[in-house]
Amino acid sequence: MELYLKGIQIACKGISATVGVSLIALVVGATFGLLIALARLSDNKVLRGICGVYVDVVRGTPMVVQALIMAYGIPQLLQANGVMFKWPELVLPAIIVCGLNSAAYMAEVIRSGLQAVDKGQMEAARSLGMPKGMAMRLIIIPQAIKIILPAFCNEFVTLIKETAVLSFVGVTEILRRGALWNSQSFETFPAYIGVAIAYMILTIPLSKIIGNYEKKNG
Amino acid sequence: MAMIEIKNLKKNFGSNEVLKGIDQEVEQHEVLCIIGPSGSGKSTMLRCINHLEEPTSGEIFIDGELVTKSNLDNIRTKMGMVFQQFNLFPHKTVLENLTIAPMSVKGVSKEEAEEKALKLLDRVGMLEKADAYPKSLSGGQQQRVAIARALCMDPEIMLFDEPTSALDPEMVGEVLDVMKSLAKEGMAMIVVTHEMGFAREVANKVIFMDGGYIVEQGSPEDVLGNPQEERTQDFLSKVLV
Repeated sequence: MELYLKGIQIACKGISATVGVSLIALVVGATFGLLIALARLSDNKVLRGICGVYVDVVRGTPMVVQALIMAYGIPQLLQANGVMFKWPELVLPAIIVCGLNSAAYMAEVIRSGLQAVDKGQMEAARSLGMPKGMAMRLIIIPQAIKIILPAFCNEFVTLIKETAVLSFVGVTEILRRGALWNSQSFETFPAYIGVAIAYMILTIPLSKIIGNYEKKNG
Repeated sequence: MAMIEIKNLKKNFGSNEVLKGIDQEVEQHEVLCIIGPSGSGKSTMLRCINHLEEPTSGEIFIDGELVTKSNLDNIRTKMGMVFQQFNLFPHKTVLENLTIAPMSVKGVSKEEAEEKALKLLDRVGMLEKADAYPKSLSGGQQQRVAIARALCMDPEIMLFDEPTSALDPEMVGEVLDVMKSLAKEGMAMIVVTHEMGFAREVANKVIFMDGGYIVEQGSPEDVLGNPQEERTQDFLSKVLV
């Protein structure tokens, strides 16, 4: 029993890193996701195409591969071409990958949210003389946020779990803490059970809150 | 010079020709009612006037000024539009629905915008609902607010797209009353409607549309009371029971 408690304790030391990376990635993802969503709904064909390709590439490759490319591949490529480049902290490429990854998924969520706002809202705003951008900002986006919010929170839950792959690039988040302890103590089962419980402490309450919100506003 | 001048307006949706060449003028203080069966192009014509639908070809002049992409936002402020589905902003209170466009588009101060909004709400009998949200209002109330919202921009002409078609029958009257009082005060209006009684009482001119053309036009007495075209007679025999 003591071993299990220790396993949980050690894994929980990684919570701040996991939550930190997830939160920053969520903000990056939401910001870029909104820009990508707006670009994909714009009249500009080139912009639409570029963003479409971006979403396809990101969604079509595993995040662990993206993380390896960002953390190790890109510095190697730069160094091979005579540019001295090294990530000062491995958490930086980790945040970038999670953020850009999340942006691709968020873009789709935001796009469907924007499209779910009744078409008449844009028409009413435009008929009052609002330019398209202003109508988006004042009328469409505020309504879309309410539609998007549950999916947005679910994305946060997903991010918390997905950041586990960052242990592969050396970020000492929850999984990495457990794995390190395992390699010292060979207490494999308590170590990884501790990791699983640490994730659940984060994800289950969040999922419940989202579920309640959806029920109330369904 | 006519306030609105429509010249050879055509609109296609894909290969479907909805408007096949419309010419029409609306003078100041004039009320024009457009009647016709569904699919005749009457709503499309109205929506083309403020470019909610972009015309395939043809020209639209407001006060002699050709409507183009570059002056569109400015010209839209001269035209109030009222929709069948009201399209109030659900995340804003009634008062905010009225003030948001004057404040953000015209840069009017909040106090000034609210003062004017309250006056207009009073005029449509909705003053006591200023702080309510649209979803708590009945259809008739929402439509009266929508009319007040359009009036907040000081339009020179009001466009009504079947404003009473989505309403329960007992609420049609309250909306028509507001429209009648507007007409009496000399507001120019183009109204797409199935309310023949309203057209007869208020319109200066009625046009009957079918198949993307204006089939017949004239005074309400002529078009509604003594139609010359067979298609007009046929349509009216079905709606005037």
